[in-house]
Amino acid sequence: MSTLAVAARERITLRHGSGGRAMRALIEDVFLQRVEANASPEDVGPEAMDDGAALWIGDRWIVVTTDSHVVHPIFFPGGDIGRLSICGTVNDLAMMGATEVLGLTCGVILEEGFLREDLERIQASMAEACREAGTRIVTGDTKVMGKGEIDGIVLNTAGVAATGRVVRDRGLSVGDRIVVTGAVGDHGLAILAARHGLKLEGDLASDVAPINGLVRAALAAGGDGIVAMKDPTRGGLSSALHEMAQKSGVGIVLEEGAVPVHEPVRAAADLLGIDPLHVANEGKAVIGVRADAADAVLEALRAHPLGREAAIVARCIAERPGNVILDTGFGKRLLAEPEGELLPRIC
Amino acid sequence: MTVSPRAEAAIRQLKFRDPDMARALVRTIERVTKEIGRSPVSVMHVCGSHEQAISKFGLRATFPKDLNVIMGPGCPVCITDMPEVDEGVALARQGCVVASYGDMLRVRGTALSLNDAQAEGASVEVVYSATQAVELARAMPDREVVFFATGFETTAVATAAIVRGNLPRNFSILSAHKYIPPAMEIVAEMPETRVEGFLAAGHAATITGWGIFEPFVERHRIPVVVAGFEPLDILAGLARLVELVRDEKPTVVNMFPRCVTKEGNLRAQEELWSVFRPIGGRWRGIAHVPNGNLRLRDEWAHVDARRRFTIDLAALWDGVPPALAADCVCGDIMSGVSAPTDCKLFGRECVPDTPVGACMVSSEGACRIWHQYGGHPNLEAL
Repeated sequence: MSTLAVAARERITLRHGSGGRAMRALIEDVFLQRVEANASPEDVGPEAMDDGAALWIGDRWIVVTTDSHVVHPIFFPGGDIGRLSICGTVNDLAMMGATEVLGLTCGVILEEGFLREDLERIQASMAEACREAGTRIVTGDTKVMGKGEIDGIVLNTAGVAATGRVVRDRGLSVGDRIVVTGAVGDHGLAILAARHGLKLEGDLASDVAPINGLVRAALAAGGDGIVAMKDPTRGGLSSALHEMAQKSGVGIVLEEGAVPVHEPVRAAADLLGIDPLHVANEGKAVIGVRADAADAVLEALRAHPLGREAAIVARCIAERPGNVILDTGFGKRLLAEPEGELLPRIC
Repeated sequence: MTVSPRAEAAIRQLKFRDPDMARALVRTIERVTKEIGRSPVSVMHVCGSHEQAISKFGLRATFPKDLNVIMGPGCPVCITDMPEVDEGVALARQGCVVASYGDMLRVRGTALSLNDAQAEGASVEVVYSATQAVELARAMPDREVVFFATGFETTAVATAAIVRGNLPRNFSILSAHKYIPPAMEIVAEMPETRVEGFLAAGHAATITGWGIFEPFVERHRIPVVVAGFEPLDILAGLARLVELVRDEKPTVVNMFPRCVTKEGNLRAQEELWSVFRPIGGRWRGIAHVPNGNLRLRDEWAHVDARRRFTIDLAALWDGVPPALAADCVCGDIMSGVSAPTDCKLFGRECVPDTPVGACMVSSEGACRIWHQYGGHPNLEAL
């Protein structure tokens, strides 16, 4: 059989949507094959596979991003699909350094039979998240599909923001410090627990929140000392650090004991045999900072209500570029790069 | 002051996760290994849970380079032999519902795994305990349910307990249970490994008792240290073990006294041996292990799938093993001759999603554990 015949039969699997290596390969092989070249050398386009695109308009950048949301269950401890859809997009913009969001779009696809009161609840939640982020929905689109043709609701949002400085995910150099803005693992474990009826929901809640205000405070304090940012969503802190290390060409030494993890998250993760470092977050940022700016950034983050648990967790080294080394306090090992999220439909 | 049970558990755990004590133990291991004055000094543990903890906490990077800590045949799924898997596959194809632990489904026999049989339409179910397999049989009274029972003496005790209870008539057991102590004898005699000491698994010893290792030590003049699974348990166990090697003192030392006694759990032993008898058999990748397999005694013949059914293995013989399997060195890894990184498939063709060998399938397999914790636990050797 020719390889062509085999390739023709290849089908998309859930792995391709999990945020890991399989998804990156799919994007590279399918979507990045025939993209047009960037209009300006200042542009950040799809080939960068960053959190969003940055388009140079002569005196500043317009940053654009889009995000679809399929989370199951749609209402979960700490949030719902509506809040998630706003935060996902606002946070992706913020990770590019664009914290003043001009407006969002909202596309909603509903399944026939979806409860109107649920839709109203989701809309109210979106409005509240927009208020927290200091933005609004400026246009939208609604479609309804037949029963069984889609599962409940799918939400897509896109966002636009302008910025005078773009922060990439690849700006780390040797000696830089890495800060996380709070405890990791809350979102993924809240979803896991809710979905599997683990009866731990009381202790676990998603961290889903718009963090553009928090990032603005960090940028104000750190200035050019902030060299890279990424939000640790699917694949968690581990995935974010691997991507930053690979794109920046540095090694990262992560101190396990310095990573803030809430006690119920640690307990649930132990119970399920998963590592909180691999679990999704929806209200956190991973920020690369020059060593001399680290304390000022940390102080600014901790002064913000969403950054009280911020901590310096890692440093960049020249050895083992592209790898993340975990210092467990007992010894060191390489941190495995997650293949993606443990479960589909986490965000 | 009263402390809640939860807080107490947390404090107990912290006590065994103190990095300062860990560093002190590492220094002891270094010093004593140097005093032995040979290179390498090879010691072996025989337990997936030990490898899990060693890898998870990055302990390998702290071991002195002259100390070779080998994982031996400590993964029950991995050492389940191909013909045993074949028996399970054949029974599933013959119309039985075959229930087993999750990892077991993905391990290939001569040509097929239970998962393959399931994809062909056979009934294969994942269970998390022997009790659950019995419940499954009760829920499907018009089907024959076979529990493909795997695991060492720790899990065999659970199987023994259900055999002695009330069982539905449509339930039987295909035992692939294994007994660790005889395998240690085999490995101790292998010229390639030159094992100078054993770290024995604390949980298995809670059942067998540490006394069971005394005759072994007598025969082979190799020290055995029983150790638990927290990082300090393992480091303290290794420190004691290298001291015994240095002092040429072949003896058994129990470093897990908070759980293990000399005689062990007598009631569990009684149940185990009332249901099972040890017979010789092949362990995948290792060798023929005298008394290494646990089979049901004659008085339990009525629940023994091997006696209830005529297992038609010939039907499997037209299958062809996958080509990559020829390059798999699982056997050498399980007997401690090779490390996962010695295999050219490791982390490339052979990953947890598409495992080639059993060691990448099971969460207790050396390859799976190394892959899970970064692919190469010994950073110094990179």
